[in-house]
Amino acid sequence: MYVIQSRSLLAPGIAEFVVEAPLIAKKRKPGNFVIVRPTKTGERIPLTIVTSDAGQGTITLIVQAIGKTTRMMHQMGEGDAFEDVVGPLGEPTPVANYGRVVCIGGGVGTAVIYPMAKGLKDAGNEVISIIGAQKSDMVILEKEMGAVSDELLITTDDGSRGMKGFVTQALAGVMERGDQIHGIYATGPLPMMKAVADQTRASGTRTLVSLNPIMMDGTGMCGACRVTVGDSLKFACVDGPEFDAHAINFDELITRNRAYMKQESEALKSLESDQSCKAVRAL
Amino acid sequence: MSKKKEAREKFKKIMPMKPRERMQIPRHLPLEQKPECRIENFAEVSNGFNVELAAEEALRCLECNDPVCMQGCPVNVDIRSFIGMVYQKDYQGAINKIRESNYLPAICGRVCPQESLCESVCLVGKKNEPLAIGKLERFVADYELKNGGFTPPQKAEAKGQSVAVVGSGPGGLTVSAELARMGYDVTIFEALHEAGGVLKFGIPEFRLPKHIVDAEIDRVKALGVKIETNVIIGRTLTIDELFDEMGFEAVYLGTGAGSPRFLNIPGENLSDVYSASELLTRVNLMKAYKFPEYDTPLKLGRRVAVIGGGDVAMDAVRTSKRFHPEKTILLYRRSREEMPARAEEVHHAEEEGIEFHYLTNPVRIHGNEDGSVRAIECQKMELGEPDEQGRRRPVPVKDSNFMMEVDTVIVAIGQSPNPIIQQTTPGLETSKWGTIIVDEHGATSRKGVFAGGDISRGGATVIQAVADGKLASRSIDSYLASVREERSTKA
Ligand SMILES: Cc1cc2nc3c(=O)[nH]c(=O)nc-3n(C[C@H](O)[C@H](O)[C@H](O)COP(=O)(O)OP(=O)(O)OC[C@H]3O[C@@H](n4cnc5c(N)ncnc54)[C@H](O)[C@@H]3O)c2cc1C
Ligand SMILES: Cc1cc2nc3c(=O)[nH]c(=O)nc-3n(C[C@H](O)[C@H](O)[C@H](O)COP(=O)(O)OP(=O)(O)OC[C@H]3O[C@@H](n4cnc5c(N)ncnc54)[C@H](O)[C@@H]3O)c2cc1C
Ligand code: SF4
Ligand code: FES
Repeated sequence: MYVIQSRSLLAPGIAEFVVEAPLIAKKRKPGNFVIVRPTKTGERIPLTIVTSDAGQGTITLIVQAIGKTTRMMHQMGEGDAFEDVVGPLGEPTPVANYGRVVCIGGGVGTAVIYPMAKGLKDAGNEVISIIGAQKSDMVILEKEMGAVSDELLITTDDGSRGMKGFVTQALAGVMERGDQIHGIYATGPLPMMKAVADQTRASGTRTLVSLNPIMMDGTGMCGACRVTVGDSLKFACVDGPEFDAHAINFDELITRNRAYMKQESEALKSLESDQSCKAVRAL
Repeated sequence: MSKKKEAREKFKKIMPMKPRERMQIPRHLPLEQKPECRIENFAEVSNGFNVELAAEEALRCLECNDPVCMQGCPVNVDIRSFIGMVYQKDYQGAINKIRESNYLPAICGRVCPQESLCESVCLVGKKNEPLAIGKLERFVADYELKNGGFTPPQKAEAKGQSVAVVGSGPGGLTVSAELARMGYDVTIFEALHEAGGVLKFGIPEFRLPKHIVDAEIDRVKALGVKIETNVIIGRTLTIDELFDEMGFEAVYLGTGAGSPRFLNIPGENLSDVYSASELLTRVNLMKAYKFPEYDTPLKLGRRVAVIGGGDVAMDAVRTSKRFHPEKTILLYRRSREEMPARAEEVHHAEEEGIEFHYLTNPVRIHGNEDGSVRAIECQKMELGEPDEQGRRRPVPVKDSNFMMEVDTVIVAIGQSPNPIIQQTTPGLETSKWGTIIVDEHGATSRKGVFAGGDISRGGATVIQAVADGKLASRSIDSYLASVREERSTKA
């Protein structure tokens, strides 16, 4: 059992969990994720390890409540325990001192970009970060991102905080300055990552994205997470989740990620009709 | 008189029939769920023998002086003796006898390809149908499970050395049981949240109920074997850490061949194309057939096509059938004779109304605008010259492409070894297929590291994994004995 040491709400529908998992805490590197099965009847879902504390034997996860599993997780709190947590999974982000890099996080993707940005900063890079959210109260990890960035730009769709618009607009601004950029890292919803890839393709700037395909085992056994990268088929859980953005077939991945939409809304309905779920609906 | 001889004399006395008469008795078949019933559930297809049927089947055994059946068995179970005990109604004696050579009888009695192993050489089979050895093995294992006669076998004195076993499939379970009996302290590390390997996530409930697998795992645990789930060796812990930090003195790799292969045809990444492993894992391990009580979904359309011809394809197609599509189709590029799946399972699939299309090779999967599957384009094949393995090679028939309307495609054309350990363990030699290279003792190129089962063979069988586990347990024992010796001469 993997005991939850603390849980706090970062934004509406986005919670942070500190979970006991000593072996994983000891091993984890930026870019790694875990697979969590919250309950005995639950499904296995991937979540990025935002940070870890090897001394305390804990890892930190940030979870956005969207479907049944993540909403159920939101109902769990300090002292409760996840049934299974396995990891650290995936190839870590390659970090070296490249020079100047841009790190972009969209929505809960900021939780995924944070450990990458921190790793890049620790390796001596100049880090320019862009975090985007729908509105001001959805901005997460602002302080943490600020601490590992030389420059932090914030965008909101409605302009209630930082720049009005999308992260791609902020990125355009950074690129127009003409300073050389040695790498762009982006994580967030697939359409956002696709837009970033389209935007940087012409200049050929090395662009890495962390993909979020549907996963199950996370060990290379099911093939659910397969993506087309260039001419080859890759399994995001063992070969990724980070890939060269310019080589990814995003359209294919976007349709694959919609595979279970109907079943997921059915599961959600059954959760919502359950009396014990008032807390979730309040979210 | 030796004990063995005594037993045989006693047997002769109670045996009412002459060998020739026994040869005439037809083979007994256990009752099975009727096809129209079983496609409505995931319960086991075969009911197994009851006491009466088992006794009558055991009566057919000739108790040969030279029991060839034993040589047909990769782990040389003393088949003649155990069948004799069944006839004498000593069921506990029979199961104990099997367990001397194979610690997983309830599992092997169900899934071993007996028809091409022990039963294929049984003397009765020369004139009549061979003994139902597998069904008898299953019967005594089930009898013990039902009647609770199990006591863990004697263990040797503790050796004070510990062994790490990676993977909890049939190979890992076997090596662990053997080493525990020899007095070693054994810990299994398993990547998934449940132990059992393919027995749990691959083979469906209707062929191998999961409570049977659990019961047999409990018997391994009863020997003192510890199982740590949710630990991926190569990620959570490395092989080097097992040795240097955790004090294990030998490691066995039984990590299987779990990585699905794809056809590399256009349309294969449409959203309704599954690997058989994904389908089977969703259903077996994650209980998608109980959705939404269990949270893992599965989406099968009205017309499901499975591609392949092995056990995995058979399992995938029969599992799909149980979700009630209008049509469940199997596409295989050779003919029925070349199909590698077990005859019994092909027969079961036919009874269940699976549509078999032979000499049919998919070349492209067509999608709708929303990225879902619409149809599969196939090519007719004919059989040409035999290949290296002697199987006739399928050759495309010119201009024979045709379309089949389907909305789900399941690819079941084989698995490759899991790459994680090979990628994270320096000095571990692998073949060009990614399998771990072992010598005739099951030793790898790394000192103290042994391997077997699918990870060294590519896709094989449960009993081969068991045989490899037994071989490796002996090699590990002598390796650790030499370590002990070295230590005592140093001290
Ligand atoms: C490597 C990786 C890292 C991730 N890190 C984070 C993170 O740090 N924080 C976070 O909030 N989310 C993260 N996600 C996404 C998260 O896994 C999904 O939001 C979650 O699985 C949704 O489950 P659900 O049952 O609540 O929703 P559902 O209702 O089941 O699904 C909603 C949508 O989530 C996606 N999804 C569903 N099941 C899975 C699955 N098993 N694997 C991946 N995606 C799925 C699909 O696009 C689906 O349409 C990550 C995904 C990946 C692949
Ligand atoms: C659908 C299907 C049906 C089959 N039907 C039959 C049949 O009827 N009869 C028959 O004889 N054979 C059958 N087989 C083949 C048979 O199941 C295999 O040959 C056998 O299970 C191999 O055993 P194994 O011990 O080598 O590994 P597996 O059973 O593959 O187990 C390997 C285990 O290791 C774990 N693992 C992998 N990597 C790591 C790691 N890095 N760290 C920790 N754990 C890890 C895996 O999660 C898994 O649990 C079938 C196979 C499939 C897929
Ligand atoms: S070969 Fe057949 S008849 Fe002879 S001992 Fe074995 S099972 Fe009995
Ligand atoms: S999640 Fe199953 S192969 Fe990647």
